[in-house]
Amino acid sequence: MIAYLLRRLIGAIPLLLGILTIIFFITHLAPGDPLGNVGPNVPEEVIQQMRRNLGLDQPLHIQYFRWMGSFLRGDFGYSFAQNRPINEILPETLWNTLQLTLIAMVIIFSLGMLIGIVQAVRQYSLADNLLTFLALFFYSMPGFWLALMFILLVSVKARQWGLPQWLVFPVSGMTSVGAEFMTPWEQFTDRVKHLILPATALGIGAAAGVARYMRGSMLEVIHQDFIRTARAKGLSERTVIFKHAMRNALIPIVTLLGLYLPFLLSGAVLTEQIFGWPGMGRLIVDAIFQRDYPVVLAASFVISAMVVFGNLLSDVLYAVVDPRIRNG
Amino acid sequence: MLVLSAILPGAGHIARGEWRKGLPILLGWGILLGLLWLTWERIQALLGARRTGIDAYIALATVGILLALLWGWALYDLRVRARRPAGARGDSQWAIAARHFRRNKLAMAGLGVMLLLYLVTLLTPLLAPYDPSVQGDIVTTRYLAPGTEHWMGTDKFGRDVYSRVLYGSRISLTIGFIAVGIAVVLGTAVGAVAGYFGGKTDSILMRFTDMMLSFPRLVLLIVVIALFTPSIWLVVVVLGLTGWMNNARIVRGEVLSLREREFIQAAKALGMGDGRIILRHVIPNTLAPIIVSATLLIGQTILTEAALSFLGLGVQPPTPSWGNMISDGRDALINAWWISTFPGLAIVFTVTAFNLLGDGLRDALDPRLRI
Repeated sequence: MIAYLLRRLIGAIPLLLGILTIIFFITHLAPGDPLGNVGPNVPEEVIQQMRRNLGLDQPLHIQYFRWMGSFLRGDFGYSFAQNRPINEILPETLWNTLQLTLIAMVIIFSLGMLIGIVQAVRQYSLADNLLTFLALFFYSMPGFWLALMFILLVSVKARQWGLPQWLVFPVSGMTSVGAEFMTPWEQFTDRVKHLILPATALGIGAAAGVARYMRGSMLEVIHQDFIRTARAKGLSERTVIFKHAMRNALIPIVTLLGLYLPFLLSGAVLTEQIFGWPGMGRLIVDAIFQRDYPVVLAASFVISAMVVFGNLLSDVLYAVVDPRIRNG
Repeated sequence: MLVLSAILPGAGHIARGEWRKGLPILLGWGILLGLLWLTWERIQALLGARRTGIDAYIALATVGILLALLWGWALYDLRVRARRPAGARGDSQWAIAARHFRRNKLAMAGLGVMLLLYLVTLLTPLLAPYDPSVQGDIVTTRYLAPGTEHWMGTDKFGRDVYSRVLYGSRISLTIGFIAVGIAVVLGTAVGAVAGYFGGKTDSILMRFTDMMLSFPRLVLLIVVIALFTPSIWLVVVVLGLTGWMNNARIVRGEVLSLREREFIQAAKALGMGDGRIILRHVIPNTLAPIIVSATLLIGQTILTEAALSFLGLGVQPPTPSWGNMISDGRDALINAWWISTFPGLAIVFTVTAFNLLGDGLRDALDPRLRI
C-alpha cells in the first residue's frame, strides 16, 4: 500500500509540472500584461523600469526557468497586484475555500446518501419517483443561479413573506460586522451561519448526483441473499438497512468523495464571486483579470494539487473499504 | 383517402383509425399554418424591411420545410409503408433500442422538449413578441413586472425579457450543439487511436487526458478566455477543446475490448489499413456510448456556457444569452426578481430535458440496463 501510494505521488509530479508549464505559456503568450492598467499619465521610462523590476523584459524561456527555479525551491514569488509575497496570501485563501468545500462535502454526502437510501428502500413508490425527478431538477440547475435565488429568498422575501427569523442567513462575506468583539463560540456560530447558504448552493447539484449513485448502489445490495438472511434471522429493518445494506452500498460512493473535488472547485469560483467569499476561486479570477501571472500560476498549482490529492484519496478510500481491492 | 390526405395530412390516417399517427401530424400541420397566419403581418414587415436578417429567412424556410416534410411523410406513410407486410425485416440493434426508448415516458418527454426547443430556436423571429435589443422608454417601460403586456417583465433598459429568453435559447443551444460536436469528434479520435494502437501512443495520449482532467474545467476555461477577447466563437472552440476527455476515456475503454474481437482480426487479415479499420469497423461499434455521453454533455455545456457568460467571459451584451441575462438581473435582484429568475428557469428546463433524454438513451442503448 505504501509503495503504491509513493508510486502514485511520484507519478503526479510530472502531471503537475505539465499543467503549470501549459498555464505558464498560455498566460504569458496571451495579449495584455500586468502593467496594462497603470494609467495613461505614467511616463514610458517608468513603465520600462517597472517591467524590469518584475522581470518581464527577459525572453520568455528565461522567465520560465527563473519562475520554475524559484517554484521548485518553494517560493511562489510576488503578487504584482497585491504587492505581497504569494506565500503569505495562499494559506488564508486556501483555508477559506477549504471551509466552504468541506461543509459542502458534508451537505453533499449526508443529503445525497439519505435521499438515495429512502429511494432505494421505497423503490417505484411515489416518493421514489418524486425524489428522482427532484434530484434531476437540482442536478440540472446552475449553482450560481440557485445562489442568486437563495439571496432573493432569504434577504428580501423572507421579510416580506414573514418567514421565521432563523431562516434569515447572512448573504455576503465571512463574518458579521463586529465579529472581532465576539466570544470564540459566537464567532464560530457566526461563521457557520455565513457558510450555510454558499455551501448549500455549491453542494446541492452534486448531492443530487450522489443520491442517484446511492439509489443504484443500494438497489443492487438490497436484492442480495445476505440481506434476506439478515431479515430472516429477525433483525430490525433499521439494522438491516443501515448496518448491512448501507455499509456495502457505500463502497462505490466512497470513491466519489475525491472525484467531486474538481467539481466543487469549479463551482466555488462562481459561488465565492456571488457571496463575496475570499477564497481560491475569487483569487484566481481576480488575478487573471489583473494579469497577475505569479498568482494565477500559484493558484493553478494549488487547485490541481488538490485535485490530484482528491483522486489519490478516492483510490486509497476504495482500498480501505473494499478488502477485495486491498488484497488483490 | 389519398385525396383527403393530400389536402389535410394526417386525415387519411385518422380515417383509417390510426389516431396515434394521424392526430400529431394533423395538429403539427395546423399549428404551423396557424403560426403563419397569426404572424402574417410580421412576416410581411420582415420581408419588406430594408435589410432582412438571415434568421428571418431561416425561420421562414424552417416553416416551409416542416410543412413539406409533414405532408410528404403522411402521403408516403399511407401509400408505401402501409403496403409493406409487417415483420418482413429483422430487428437491428437500433430498432430494438428505439422500441425500448419509446416505452420510457420521461425520456420521450425529454426528446419532445428538446425537439421543441430546437424548433423554437429556428422560429424565434416569428415567435418573439418584441425585438430583443430594442430599448423602451427608460421612464415608463423599465422594470415592468410580468403581466399581459410583457409576459416576463422588462429589464433595466425596458427590453422584453420573454423575447430575450427566446433569443437567448438560440445562443445556448447552438453553442451547446457545436461545442459538443467538437468535443465528441476530438474525444472519439483520441480514444480510438489510443485504444487501437495501445502501447506508447496510448500512454502518452491518456497521460495528456488525465492532465486535462485534473484541472477544474471552469478554471481552465476562465484562464484561457479571460486572456483573449471574449467572443462567441472563442467560447465555442474553447468549450469544445476542454470537453472531450470523458468521451475519450469511454471510447478507449470500448476500443480496448473491440480490438481483440474476430471481425477486427479478420479486417486486419484482409489487409485493411489502420485508418480504414478505425473509421469503418471500430468507431461505428462505439456509437451507442458516444451518443449517450454527447447528450449528457450538451446539458453540461449549456450550464458551463451560462456560467462563463455570467462572469462576463462568454457571450457579450447586447447579444442576449441566458447567462448574461442572469448576470444583468443580479444588480436589480431585489426590485426586479423576474430578470434573473426566468432565464435561470429556462436553463433548468433545457438541461433537465437533455439529462432525461441522455438517461433514457443510456437505458435503451445498453443491453445490460434493459428491463
